[in-house]
Amino acid sequence: MDSVTLIGMASIVAAGLTIGIGAIGPALGEGRAVAQALTSIAQQPDETNTITRTLFVGLAMIESTAIYCFVVSMILIFANPFWDFVVRQAGG
Amino acid sequence: MQLKDISPDQVVYWQWGPVSLNATIVFTWGVMALMVVFALLITRRLTAQVRFSRWQNLLEILVDGMKNQIREISREAPGRYLPFIGTLFLFIFVCNLLTVVPFYVAPTASLSTTAALALCVFVAVPLFGIRDRGLGGYLKQYIQPTVFMLPFNVMGELSRTLALAVRLFGNIMSGMKIGAILLAIAPILFPVVMHALGLLTGIIQAYIFAVLAMVYIASASRAQKEKHGDPGKGAEGKERSPNG
Repeated sequence: MDSVTLIGMASIVAAGLTIGIGAIGPALGEGRAVAQALTSIAQQPDETNTITRTLFVGLAMIESTAIYCFVVSMILIFANPFWDFVVRQAGG
Repeated sequence: MQLKDISPDQVVYWQWGPVSLNATIVFTWGVMALMVVFALLITRRLTAQVRFSRWQNLLEILVDGMKNQIREISREAPGRYLPFIGTLFLFIFVCNLLTVVPFYVAPTASLSTTAALALCVFVAVPLFGIRDRGLGGYLKQYIQPTVFMLPFNVMGELSRTLALAVRLFGNIMSGMKIGAILLAIAPILFPVVMHALGLLTGIIQAYIFAVLAMVYIASASRAQKEKHGDPGKGAEGKERSPNG
């Protein structure tokens, strides 16, 4: 197996693993956060505005870990520096 | 912009030596020109009469809504923060909303744009903090619980700037990529649905960027009234229950 095949295979497998495993934690966290927020809104409907705003900000913070994983997997697939290096070496 | 371009920086329209004109620059200036022209056209005919144009109504709703949000978050008069926070919000909002236009590439899908916006927030936080509490008061906040927290506070300042940039970039870029990938797999209905979801995400991200910037600035500039903790960051409450 030459290095181009190896790097391509490793990149694709690593990208899939990255987004697959990285989405688990934020999904659980967001589920808990939304469940808590719904409970709070049900208990105190007057505070809906504050709860919703805080929920959105918190969700964005929780979600950012998943977004990091997504960006890393996108870089592995579309802008892989190792792949570019090997292809450039093979080309010239 | 094709599927393999990860950022609109790689779409170069015109190059002359080291000077290149890529899609990010073109569309950033396009959005800025659009917003300035609209604002000039509308504010040329402002009236305090009972009958006013519907465009003036739109601007009044926007400015009033932003003022109310800033007042609720910072619990201060919104006048000082409105120019900075409002500009951030409106720019990102218009950038993300214009993705319904064909052949348009959102400048916020490039890490350069979002990093520049996050750096603006990174610079604005100490400026507002020093103006409110003085240089010593602002620097003392870094050693707030004990002096051993200094490296963590500095690291937190840097990493939240990075998070601000990558969050916006990742959300907008992922919306575009998912649309493009689905276009190749299921061309009729699904890309439209995902595009609508991308519009919603874009609006929420614009709101979140502005709110986070406001929260950071407020937590740096307030705080002498409330000594304990970081009152702005209510979203990061500690989980007490032992089970997972």
